[in-house]
Amino acid sequence: MRVSEAWRVALTALRANRLRSGLTMLGVVIGVAAVVMLVAIGTGAKQMVEQQVEGLGSNLLIVLPGRVDFGAAPAVSRLSLSDVDAVTRIVGDRSRVAVSVTSGETVRAGAASRFTSVLGVMETTPQVFVRSISRGSYLSRSDVDTSRRVVVLGADVGRSLFGDRDPIGQQITIAGVRFRVIGVFAPLGQSLGVDRDDEVHIPVTTAHRLLGTSRVDGIAVKAPDREQISALGDRIVAELSRRHPDTEFSAVTQEQILGVLGDILGVLTGVLAAIAGISLLVGGVGVSNIMLVSVRERTREIGLRKAVGARPRDIGVQFLLEAVLLTTLGGVTGMVLGVAAALAVQAISPVPAAITWWSVALAFGVSAAVGIVFGVVPAQRAGRLDPVVALRSE
Amino acid sequence: MSGPVAAVEAYDIARSYPLDGLSVPALRGVTLTVAKGDYLAIVGPSGSGKSTLMHLLGALDRPTSGRLVIGGRDVAKLSAPEMARLRNETVGFVFQAFHLLPRTSALDNVALPLVYRGLRAGARRERAAAMLGRVGLGHRLTHRPSQLSGGEQQRVAIARALVTEPAVLLADEPTGNLDTTTGEAVLALLETLNAESGVALVLVTHDREVAARARRQIVMRDGLVVSCG
Repeated sequence: MRVSEAWRVALTALRANRLRSGLTMLGVVIGVAAVVMLVAIGTGAKQMVEQQVEGLGSNLLIVLPGRVDFGAAPAVSRLSLSDVDAVTRIVGDRSRVAVSVTSGETVRAGAASRFTSVLGVMETTPQVFVRSISRGSYLSRSDVDTSRRVVVLGADVGRSLFGDRDPIGQQITIAGVRFRVIGVFAPLGQSLGVDRDDEVHIPVTTAHRLLGTSRVDGIAVKAPDREQISALGDRIVAELSRRHPDTEFSAVTQEQILGVLGDILGVLTGVLAAIAGISLLVGGVGVSNIMLVSVRERTREIGLRKAVGARPRDIGVQFLLEAVLLTTLGGVTGMVLGVAAALAVQAISPVPAAITWWSVALAFGVSAAVGIVFGVVPAQRAGRLDPVVALRSE
Repeated sequence: MSGPVAAVEAYDIARSYPLDGLSVPALRGVTLTVAKGDYLAIVGPSGSGKSTLMHLLGALDRPTSGRLVIGGRDVAKLSAPEMARLRNETVGFVFQAFHLLPRTSALDNVALPLVYRGLRAGARRERAAAMLGRVGLGHRLTHRPSQLSGGEQQRVAIARALVTEPAVLLADEPTGNLDTTTGEAVLALLETLNAESGVALVLVTHDREVAARARRQIVMRDGLVVSCG
């Protein structure tokens, strides 16, 4: 029998039982759609995280007190500005060192108010991290040295306090203390779950006075190049440990953060895809089951075909193609649905979808393979039927 | 009666079936020759072994002992695919219950054996249409079995059996599901085709009147031929 003929026969058989074929296909459709969608979302999420971490700036080293490890409790910082000076001496360039002390405070402008993150920083922040100003200017070194009460607003904070008005030169209060707005950030979006448009920057010295503290939560250093990052980190940690013998310090690089996050997302994507794969397997069992029913139902047809000259192989191929057709049609439908679902998730949530050609090809290949694997047993059974017995069956 | 080259030759063929560890004989040793263009009837009550004999003569089954030569080929030496090819080229079947594929046009039903011969769709249809014309159904090509009367369905089945131009046509109670008039017409058609095309016609029936029309009668009982005319 010609292969084209076998395809035609298989298609006719599937069409003859549309509802059953459709329901059988559904298992494969759902499995493939789930795999394609979850892989697309998992890959998209990974890419998004990578972009966000890289979007912070390049060659960054973040120095924190305590052990940086998932599951470890955040340590209370004992870092102070004198430690920052020590780090600056090691780095040899103040513009490569940024600090922050963070507190949640209420900011007010007239009747408008908002609870936001107040960051005490040095004027070096835009040189270390990627931050751009849309209006006015950033803090200056003299603002930091003389503890001026000036503030740079995050894009969302500026909008909620001032609406469309120009906030530059306006007065706001932070925790009841008056500040003058000197700049507004360009919108930046979220980064690692932190809304970076919902914060205000004030000089670190002013922050210390406002908050009644002298602590520094963290120090960020921008290394001159990639090769120097880890050596620089070691020297900084060694110096800080010398200054605070009873405290542990960690220096983490973007690559380490990416590595950890990537691993987590990778495992998560893998587990989800595996669960989706199981549903594909269940779909395959359904195909096998229905094919066995189909062989039994069409025993007389098989007997007749054999009587007029079909070889066992012809019958086997016919039923195998039927199973493969069932799963590949389901696979293609599932692929379309999976891509559509991934795009829908992208449209209604911040999670982007990255549809990779290999996941689509894999889903298609797997669905065809499922058809072969789960179609073989029914097909063999059909091929081996004794024509005398088959013709006699009612 | 046998011509120089017989369509089917059977020498002392027997067939038994295993049942609960025992070997139950259905056919106990039959010697028979179906010549080219022959017209014979196999008669006997149910359980006499006539269906078993027909399955053997049609290469659907192999004898447990004896020698069976169909279309010049010894069945004992053939593999399953070779048996299939033998059925396709040498034998045509007509069944009591027609055995047409549902949801399939008369034309495609008749063309089915040619599918397994590897013929292209165009050639298949051409030959199937010509054959349907010969059985008087040239105007029913696209009808499905459910749209045809019993007599018409059996004519489609006859066309399917003959489209491969076999040496022998095995008809198992071909009139069993038909009323007398229609059955008579189907028998007449089979006889005409036998006379015209020279295909050997083997009629399996329990109906003595039908059997009496054949040139030869083979009467069976308990797996043996009791009379050979």
